[in-house]
Amino acid sequence: MSRCLAERSIDHVLLERGEVAQSWRTERWDSLRLLTPNWQSRLPGFSYAGSDPDGYRTLPEIVAFISGYAKSISAPVRTHTTVTSVRSDGAGYLVRTDRGDWRCRSIVIASGACNIARIPSFAAHVPPSVAALTAQSYRNPGQVADGGVLVVGASSSGTQIAHELQRAGRQVTLAVGEHIRAPRMYRGKDLEWWMDAAGVLDERYDQVDDITRARRVPSLQLAGTPDRSTLDLNALSDIGVKLTGRLAGITQDGKAQFSGSLRNMCALSDLKMRRLLELLDEWARTNGVDATVEPPDRLAPTRVEDAPPLGMDLVKSGIRTIVWASGYRPDYSWLELPVLDRKGYVTHDGGVVSEAPGVYLMGMQFLRRRKSALIDGAADDARDLSTHLAAYLDGAAPRLSA
Amino acid sequence: MADTAKNGVNVQALLDARDALTKAPEAAQFKWRAACEWKNGTHSHSTVESFYGLGAEQNRKTTFKFDADHPEVFASEDKGATPVEFVLVGLASCLTAGIAAVAQNRNIQLKSVTATIEGDMDLAGILGIDSEVRNGFKGITVKYKIDADAKPEDIEALVAQSQKRSAVYDIVTNPTNVTVQVN
Repeated sequence: MSRCLAERSIDHVLLERGEVAQSWRTERWDSLRLLTPNWQSRLPGFSYAGSDPDGYRTLPEIVAFISGYAKSISAPVRTHTTVTSVRSDGAGYLVRTDRGDWRCRSIVIASGACNIARIPSFAAHVPPSVAALTAQSYRNPGQVADGGVLVVGASSSGTQIAHELQRAGRQVTLAVGEHIRAPRMYRGKDLEWWMDAAGVLDERYDQVDDITRARRVPSLQLAGTPDRSTLDLNALSDIGVKLTGRLAGITQDGKAQFSGSLRNMCALSDLKMRRLLELLDEWARTNGVDATVEPPDRLAPTRVEDAPPLGMDLVKSGIRTIVWASGYRPDYSWLELPVLDRKGYVTHDGGVVSEAPGVYLMGMQFLRRRKSALIDGAADDARDLSTHLAAYLDGAAPRLSA
Repeated sequence: MADTAKNGVNVQALLDARDALTKAPEAAQFKWRAACEWKNGTHSHSTVESFYGLGAEQNRKTTFKFDADHPEVFASEDKGATPVEFVLVGLASCLTAGIAAVAQNRNIQLKSVTATIEGDMDLAGILGIDSEVRNGFKGITVKYKIDADAKPEDIEALVAQSQKRSAVYDIVTNPTNVTVQVN
């Protein structure tokens, strides 16, 4: 967005509570790799020119990449500047920070969708002898006591953490709710290549049947592993991870209760994956790509044992650690504008916050396009929203001076 | 695509209701009720009449009546289905209604939908023979036979989506706090 604003000579500043790429520096586990390939992180004025376009950036590489981009576009970043409040101020907005106040006519909220790990209220019943981590506070297996681990949530974070901990000798139980299964490679190409080429990632928010639901869809079970292997529930079962249904509750005496819905969760996920792959096959057929890729194949259905456990006494079962990988929510505790819905999310129309003229939102799930939450989605959204923002400033100017 | 399927489900009304209730979350708060009276032995008589929803008491034209009992092998008089069978009826009818609604929403014409449902139970639980055996079902199996104008995987998807949206499926697969008061 900064780059797009600079192109329009719109005077702006970026407020950053820490360093550039702060959440990548401080809120991710050590072995994390970007789940999109190197070529895919296209930003305005930047495309990958390195020797490994199909690789997945390591955490230090992600930090270097984002910091490098900020430098290359001379982004006017004020680091170590924490916004403490944003409120209306006549025709514009007053932004308070721990390093002084700003007055502005427009604000772009790009503080992210994953500020706070979402933990259910029954987490209070986790026995004191069981350590609790989140996908945000987990760093590496060295943090996790020997013995059993319950990982809650089987999307991208949960499956990767479960995999790493099981490989490191912990006995992992993975509580599986709704999840989206996806092969890393399909017909010899990265799944992201397919979704990019077939236009799936460009699908717009005003083209889908039910945008509210589309914005709630959990992250794909994808991992950026060097061997490009698929990290699905079958892969986890293969290395000894035990699967249970969604964690439905923890009783006051420390018994975890699992939903009996595991079979259907897996059936839904298998069906969704098949639909996606059929769509990609169809695209390949009609776009002359069929001959250039390998023939279609399908992963085996997700294996679910006959009677997955419905309950588990955490202490007696040897669980020493719970890792909550049950999603995130944004932190808008500083946002003093009447723009939040009853669930605490900013109400917006494709990133335009209509209730607060001049306010924009970025980087949220399916903000304007399916790719909006990807690094690769920022460019198109920033172009669209900076156009809207520029028109707003032009239109608002007479009123401001009146 | 024109909506040509006719399964007798007014999907538009359901979608409108979802829209309205999204905007008025308090109207979405419902209370479902039944009343039960002991007759004799294990026989009881239940009625279902009013419910609360859309911000008001709702009454029906009909009072629905249900007799529950236990079969003769339990030395009962078998004047009605056993309560656990009512649970099976509830689950099967909820999933079936869901299949019809999802099919309508996806414009899939149903020709026939039949289900058989079976719950496995070890009586060592309710009879207090073995404290490690639960009172309730060990597991429930529902088998659907569906004839519809759709590919097999689309029919599978109907059944899967119906489970995802089913109240009784949720009640049966997840814990619920139950408060029983006397007088």
